[in-house]
Amino acid sequence: MIQDIIINGLINGSIYALLAIGFSLIFGVARLVNIAHTAFYMACAYLIHVGFSYWGLSMPLAIVLSIGLTTIIGLICYRLFIKPIREYEAAVLIATIALGMVFQEVMLIAFKGHMMGVPPVATGFVIVGGVKVANQHLLVLGVAVLTLLATWFLLMKTRVGLAIRCTAQDSEIANLMGMNVDREIMIAVIVSVVLAGVAGAIVVPLRVIDPHMWLPPLIMMLAVVVLGGLGSVKGSFVASYILGFTEAAVAIGVPMGSFLKGSVALSIMIIVLLIRPEGLFGIAFEEER
Amino acid sequence: MKRSSILWTIFLALILVAAAGAPCWAADPIRIAIIGPMQFTQGEGHWNGATMAAEQINKGGGISVGGAKRLVELIKVDSNEFLSIPDATNAMELAISRHRADFLIGGFRTEAVLVMQDIAMDNKKIFLGCGAAHPELCDRVTKNYDRYKYWFRITPINSKFLIKVDFLLLNMVAQVMQKELGIPKIKVAIVAEKAAWADPLVAVANENLPKMGMDIVGVWRPSPVATDATAELSAIQRAGANIIFTSFSSSVGIPFAKQAGELKVPAPLVGINVEAQKDGFWAATGGQGNYGLTISTYGPVKITEHTLPFFNEYRQRFKEAPNYTAGTYDAIDVLKAAIEKTGTLEADKLIPALEQTDLKGPAGRLAFSKDHDVVWGPGYTTGLGTQWQDGKNVVVWPYQWENITYEGTVPYKLPSWVMEHYKKK
Repeated sequence: MIQDIIINGLINGSIYALLAIGFSLIFGVARLVNIAHTAFYMACAYLIHVGFSYWGLSMPLAIVLSIGLTTIIGLICYRLFIKPIREYEAAVLIATIALGMVFQEVMLIAFKGHMMGVPPVATGFVIVGGVKVANQHLLVLGVAVLTLLATWFLLMKTRVGLAIRCTAQDSEIANLMGMNVDREIMIAVIVSVVLAGVAGAIVVPLRVIDPHMWLPPLIMMLAVVVLGGLGSVKGSFVASYILGFTEAAVAIGVPMGSFLKGSVALSIMIIVLLIRPEGLFGIAFEEER
Repeated sequence: MKRSSILWTIFLALILVAAAGAPCWAADPIRIAIIGPMQFTQGEGHWNGATMAAEQINKGGGISVGGAKRLVELIKVDSNEFLSIPDATNAMELAISRHRADFLIGGFRTEAVLVMQDIAMDNKKIFLGCGAAHPELCDRVTKNYDRYKYWFRITPINSKFLIKVDFLLLNMVAQVMQKELGIPKIKVAIVAEKAAWADPLVAVANENLPKMGMDIVGVWRPSPVATDATAELSAIQRAGANIIFTSFSSSVGIPFAKQAGELKVPAPLVGINVEAQKDGFWAATGGQGNYGLTISTYGPVKITEHTLPFFNEYRQRFKEAPNYTAGTYDAIDVLKAAIEKTGTLEADKLIPALEQTDLKGPAGRLAFSKDHDVVWGPGYTTGLGTQWQDGKNVVVWPYQWENITYEGTVPYKLPSWVMEHYKKK
């Protein structure tokens, strides 16, 4: 039973981590609460479906093209809807909710409420610690770890990453020091949307594609970033696995209550916030930044 | 001259007024509201079934009401009940007050239909249910006939009978496993989505499976919209289940079947999985839903002489096999028969005629019990068991049950990986 919880928790956590880190990054850098983040995840999933099922592209090509197209869509959305109101956090929040709804309605019109799917990139399964794990799940785990390492490398070991971190710390000072804040934010948006696209690409064979698929991960992603501390990439990473393990423990340990797995995970978030309102790795006051 | 031109003007004006009012002379169409989650397959089934029925009736001149033929006009009302129960109640109000529907057909989620039913009863409108299975909907007719007599359930069969069919399917698979794999006592994992309609099913299964000589290894209640079932599947395998007894009416049926197939879980899926009734299931699961067995209403077999023509026309026209909400087709036929028999659209006069309904439709012989529920059993509507066998959704039940095997039915097949798993042991 413990092995089941560990393995399933790792898989759940990795999926949440991929989504939450992109969201956290864009919040940390530009203070943008991008509710439409999981809508990009959905857009990428639909694009892969269209590429693979309608246009007959190979799966790897469909994935690469879809991530590219999703990034372009993300950039267009940023330039048209978010950048003009970037300074107003509440307006951004509302605008991105609206954007997510627009994505949902577009998908609903284009594909109706039909449940669709694509075949996995990696078929079959392996047995790890007596637990059957689908190869696609292992792929998710591997890609999540690689993506997270790449993000860490970008942020911590490159000049672009340094600039992004400077902008995250204090955009005005960064600007005064001659950094192009707009460009850094744009790069953060690109990285964030690419991460959403990657999450969509590797998770889509495991899930059902439908116009509402962006909502359940959105709730969990928000829970992850709040639990980890808004804007803290490290916090999001840790919180993803806390919620992932909690969900697995509920589904496996309390079978009759497996529908409550999301609720229990959210309850843990509330308990942590009662003890530590800024989240696990958050900053209590803006002055601390 | 002046006088004659005035007369001409009056004459022409009269002709114009008469021409403008001409549509008033023709008989008004019979307005039937089709209420369902129209953005989803279930709602599409509602609408498509009704469209086929209405077009066939209108092609024949319409429904004869007291000697005058009246056309059928369908009104599409989106209940959005998957996402919002208040939307469903608003849709019902809209159908009655704004669209002034004469009759109401549809509904899907029990939680929504219970409220929709009350609104229809408040307005004394005949409401033919084509989606919700909960017994309470018809129990209300017994408890308070005067109020709820306007309700009739066309499809699906009551969840009490769904349970019976469910158990028959389970028993059939258990027998196959015992016979082919030599498993002495079958262990069953009950997996039912957390929704009102599935609660009585779980309760009855808990009570009766031990009486049927089977052990229950656990009950799992995932969310109807869960997107991942790997944790549940891990626990089910660890519990040593031989059969997974499913009750899914929502999207969870796809990831569950897909992941069970991907992990080659050595326990066949048997029970209710509404998503598995659709042609799109195969593609949605990437073929991993192979061998899944579910209760269905329609299939490529000859239940009555109407089944195959309906099934084939529906599939040809809508590129999809009909799911049970396409029972709106039967609903309109039932209504037509009652209206033609009584010669009226008045609800109170139609009810006795509806109660005496006895006609053959694509799903079987259709009649109502005292509580206005569709009669289930040999000789009436039985339901079907359909299984995915290598990309084809075939009918495997009834198979020599009560001397019934519909023409076109094939034997049930155990999943190949289940056979391998137990034979290795």
